[in-house]
Amino acid sequence: MAKDSGIGASIKRREDVRFLTGAGNYTDDISIPGQLYCFFLRSTVAHGKLNGVDTAAAAKMPGVVRIFTGKDFEAVGGLPCGWLITSRDGTPMKEPKHPILASGKVRHVGDPIAAVVARSLAEARDAAEAIEVDIEELPAVIDMKAAVSGSAASVHDEAPDNICYDWGFVEENRDAVDAAIKGAHHVTTLDLTNQRLVANPMEPRVAVGDYNRASGESTLYTTSQNPHVIRLLMGAFVLGIPEHKLRVVAPDVGGGFGSKIFHYAEEAFCTFAAKAIGKPVKWTSDRSEAFLSDAQGRDHVTKIELALDQNGKFLAIRTNTLANMGAYLSTFSTSVPTWLHGTLMAGNYTTPLIYCNVKAVFTNTVPVDAYRGAGRPEATFQLERVIDKAAREMGIDPIELRRRNFVPADAFPYQTPVAVQYDVGNYQATMDKIVELADVAGFPARRAESAARGKLRGLGVNAYIEACGIAPSQLVGQLGARAGLYESATVRVNAAGGIVVMTGSHSHGQGHETTFPQVIAEMFGVSEDMVDIVHGDSARTPMGMGTYGSRSIAVGGSAMVRAAEKIISKAKKIASHLMEASAEDVEFKNGVFSVAGTDKTIDFASVALAAYVPHNYPLDQIEPGLEETAFYDPSNFTYPAGAYACEVEVDPETGVVEVKSFAAADDFGNVINPMIVEGQVHGGLAQGIGQALRENTVYGADGQLLTGSFMDYAMPRADDMPMFTVDHSCQTPCSHNPLGVKGCGEAGAIGSPPAVVNAVLDALNSGGIKVDHIDMPVSPARVWDAIQAAQH
Amino acid sequence: MELKGTRTIAAEPAAVWAALNDPEVLKACIPGCQTLEKTSDTSFEAMVKQKVGPVSATFHGVVELSDLNPPNSYRISGEGKGGAAGFAKGGATVSLSPVEGGTELAYDVDAKVGGKIAQLGARLIDGFAKKLADQFFETFQKVVEGGDEPEAPEGEAKPEKKSWLKRLTG
Repeated sequence: MAKDSGIGASIKRREDVRFLTGAGNYTDDISIPGQLYCFFLRSTVAHGKLNGVDTAAAAKMPGVVRIFTGKDFEAVGGLPCGWLITSRDGTPMKEPKHPILASGKVRHVGDPIAAVVARSLAEARDAAEAIEVDIEELPAVIDMKAAVSGSAASVHDEAPDNICYDWGFVEENRDAVDAAIKGAHHVTTLDLTNQRLVANPMEPRVAVGDYNRASGESTLYTTSQNPHVIRLLMGAFVLGIPEHKLRVVAPDVGGGFGSKIFHYAEEAFCTFAAKAIGKPVKWTSDRSEAFLSDAQGRDHVTKIELALDQNGKFLAIRTNTLANMGAYLSTFSTSVPTWLHGTLMAGNYTTPLIYCNVKAVFTNTVPVDAYRGAGRPEATFQLERVIDKAAREMGIDPIELRRRNFVPADAFPYQTPVAVQYDVGNYQATMDKIVELADVAGFPARRAESAARGKLRGLGVNAYIEACGIAPSQLVGQLGARAGLYESATVRVNAAGGIVVMTGSHSHGQGHETTFPQVIAEMFGVSEDMVDIVHGDSARTPMGMGTYGSRSIAVGGSAMVRAAEKIISKAKKIASHLMEASAEDVEFKNGVFSVAGTDKTIDFASVALAAYVPHNYPLDQIEPGLEETAFYDPSNFTYPAGAYACEVEVDPETGVVEVKSFAAADDFGNVINPMIVEGQVHGGLAQGIGQALRENTVYGADGQLLTGSFMDYAMPRADDMPMFTVDHSCQTPCSHNPLGVKGCGEAGAIGSPPAVVNAVLDALNSGGIKVDHIDMPVSPARVWDAIQAAQH
Repeated sequence: MELKGTRTIAAEPAAVWAALNDPEVLKACIPGCQTLEKTSDTSFEAMVKQKVGPVSATFHGVVELSDLNPPNSYRISGEGKGGAAGFAKGGATVSLSPVEGGTELAYDVDAKVGGKIAQLGARLIDGFAKKLADQFFETFQKVVEGGDEPEAPEGEAKPEKKSWLKRLTG
C-alpha cells in the first residue's frame, strides 16, 4: 500500500494552497513605505561607443529623484564571473568588466545605460525618454563563426578576436582521439546547433533595495534561486558591503530554470541606489525587458565525430564547439560549455577516448548562462543525435547500438575518460523499461496505421545521463570554481515539539516545503504538520548555496539529514538520562525512544520539552536546547540517468510534427515524493519538447532581438504536449549521500530534445525521405524544407 | 531591410528634381510627417508619427540630403528617435533619368529599426517599409503630376478640397 507520510509518500504540495489562492508573497508584492521606483534606459543598438549621456533635461522632469549613469558606478566593481576557465595554452579566460550601467560602450540591445529613480514608475519612464544618449554605432558582432573569423569588430578590447577561452578536454587525449578516429572502421560526423533559448519564468525579475540608516544594514529583496550567493557576490565583489550589513531575501519566486541563479546589475543597482538616496528603490521587469536582460540559455554550434568499429562499438568522440557567451560573462556562464558539458560526453557509454574543444565567444547579444540542464542537454543532444545517425549509416537498430555500448551494470563505480566517476547506474534496466513503456513492439502497427492516413510515424529512443548534486567543493575548486558548493541546514526542535528546518536550498517551484518535511517526519517519527521549512532569507538561514543543477535534495537534503542525525544523537542522550539508561542502549524508532530489552519508553516531544526545561537534565554533559546545524559537502556528483522514447507523426505535405506519445524511464535513485518527481519530469519534458519543436531566439544581423515577445518567441503550449508516461521504478540509489537520492529537476529537459528530433528523422527516413539532421526547433518550415531538399 | 523600385512620373526631370528638394513637398509625401523644418540647404528637422505593429511612436529626427547631383540623383536619409519605442533610420538613393513621357525615378531604400519597435514589430518591418515607400512615392507622383488628391494621412482629417499643387503654392 502506498505510504501517506514520510519518504515515498505522494503528499500534495502544501505550498500550492497559497500559490493557488493568491496568498503567495512574491518580490513584487513587497512594498516598503517611502519606496521609489526605478526605470532602466536600455540600449536600442547592439554595439556602439557611448559618447555621452545627458540627463539634464530628464532630471527636471516631475517626480524624478535622481538619475544614475555609468559614471556613478566607476568606483564599484563589475558583476563577477564565478568560474575561471583556463585555455589550452594555459592562459586564463578573458574576463572584461561587466559594469552595472554601461560605461564607454554599449554591447547589446538591452544593455542598461541609465537608471531613473522617481516617485512613480510612470514618472521614471517618462523621464527616461528625455535622456539624451549619444551613441556612435559600431558594427554588431552577432554570428559566432563570423565573430571568430578575424575580420569582425571586437566586443571587448580585452578579447580582440572575441574569444573568451579556447578550452580542450581531455587535452592529454587529443592525439589518441585523432589517431582512433583516423583508423576507425566507421566515423559518423554531425554538424548541429543547440539553439539559444529564453528561460521565460512566469514571474519576471524584481529587485527592491532598502537601506536602514539606523543599523547601517542594506537589504535586497530579489527574485533569486540563491540569496546567499547574491549576498556573497554583490557584497564582496560589487558594492563592498560586509555580510553582516547585507541581507538578501528571495521570498516566493515564480520559477527560475537557471535564469535566477545569476547576480544581475539591477540587484546591485537597487541596493546601491537605496543607500545613495536613503529610500527604498524598487525595480520590476516587464516581459519585454526580461527578453533583453535575463541571461539566456544554450547557443552552441558543434561538430561531433563518433568513431566506431565494425561491431558498432564506440571507439572515440571528438567535438568542436563554439559557445556563445553574449556580451558579458554572466555569473556561471563560463562553466556551462566546459565542466558541465565536456564531462558528460561519455554519456551512458564506454567510449574510451574523448576530446572536446570549446571556444567561448563574445557577441553583441544578451549574456548566456545556465538554463535547465546547463551544458548537459547540449552534451546529450550531440551524443544521442550522432549515435542515431551512426545507427542509420551502419544499419544497426538504434536501441541495439546503444545497448552494445552501455556501461554494464556490474562496472560501477565507472571511471569515465572525462574526469567524472559514475557511482551507480543500470542503463540496460531503464532501456528495458522504456521499451516496455513505449510499447516499442507495437510500433510497426502504429506506423502502418499512420501511413494509412498519409502520415509518417517515427520513433525516437535515447538514453541520457547528467551530473547533478552540484558539487564536491574541492573538485570544482580545482576546476576553476570560485565558490564552494556545499549546502547547510539548521534543524530546530522547539520546546513544544514543533520543528523548523532552515535550509540554504531555495524553492521556486520544486516543492521543498513539502518534501523536506517528509524526510524529517520519517526520521523523527512525527507528522509533517509539525515541520516547517524556512528558506530564502540570508538573515534567517545559515549560509547556503541555493538551488540549481538538481542539487536541493541531494545536497541540501543531505545537510538537513546530517543536522537531524545530530538532533537524534543528542536526543538519545537526553532520553537515556530521563530513562536512567545507558545512551548506547537507547533506540529511536517511530518517534519513540526505548531502552533495549525493557519496556521503558519516552516520546520525542517529551525529550524536546526536557531540552528546553532542563530541570531533570544532564547539564554537566550536554547543553540545553535541541538545535543543530550541519554543512554537507558532497563527495561526488550524483548521476541521474534514464531512457526516453518519443513517437511523432509528420505530415509530409506540410512538415507539421505532432508528438503522439512520450515516455520517460528515469533512475533518480530513491524518491521522496513520487508525485512531485513526476511533476518535475513533466515540466522538464515540456521545456525539452519546447526546445525541440518550438522555441528559438533570433537576432537580426544588426543585433536587434527579433523574437522579443511571445508573439515571435514560441513558448510550448499544453496542446503541443501528449500525455506523458513517466516511470521512476528503476532505482540505483546514490551511494554517497545519506538519502540515496540523485535529483530530478533537469532530467526531462536534458533527455527529451534528442528523442523528439530522432523521432522526426526516423519518420522522414522511414518514408524514403533521406534526411540526416534538422536543427532545432524542428518547425514545420524546417521539416518541409528538408523534405523538399531531399526530394529535389 | 532593402527595397528597390522605379516609377515613371509625367514631368520633366528638372521639375521632379525641384520637388524632391522642396520641404513642403517632402512634408506632404513623408507618411505621418507632422512637421518638417528646414535647418540648412540640405537638412531638415522632422517629426513623424507612425505605428509599427503594436507600437506607435512619434519620431523626432533629422532628414538630410546628400550626394547631390542635380538634377540626376541624391540620397535622402533620416534618423528618428522614438523614445521608449526605439529608433528608426534609413535612407533612399533616388535617381532620375529622362524617359519617354517624363522621368523615371528609381529608388533604393534601406531601413533599420531598433528598440521596442524591433522587438515587437520586427517581422512586420519589411512589409511596413514597403508600404511607407509606396505611399511616399505615390503621393510624390501625384503631387508632381498635379493629379488626383492624395489620401489623407492616416488618422488625420481630410484636407480641404484643393489640389495639392495649389495648396503647396498657396
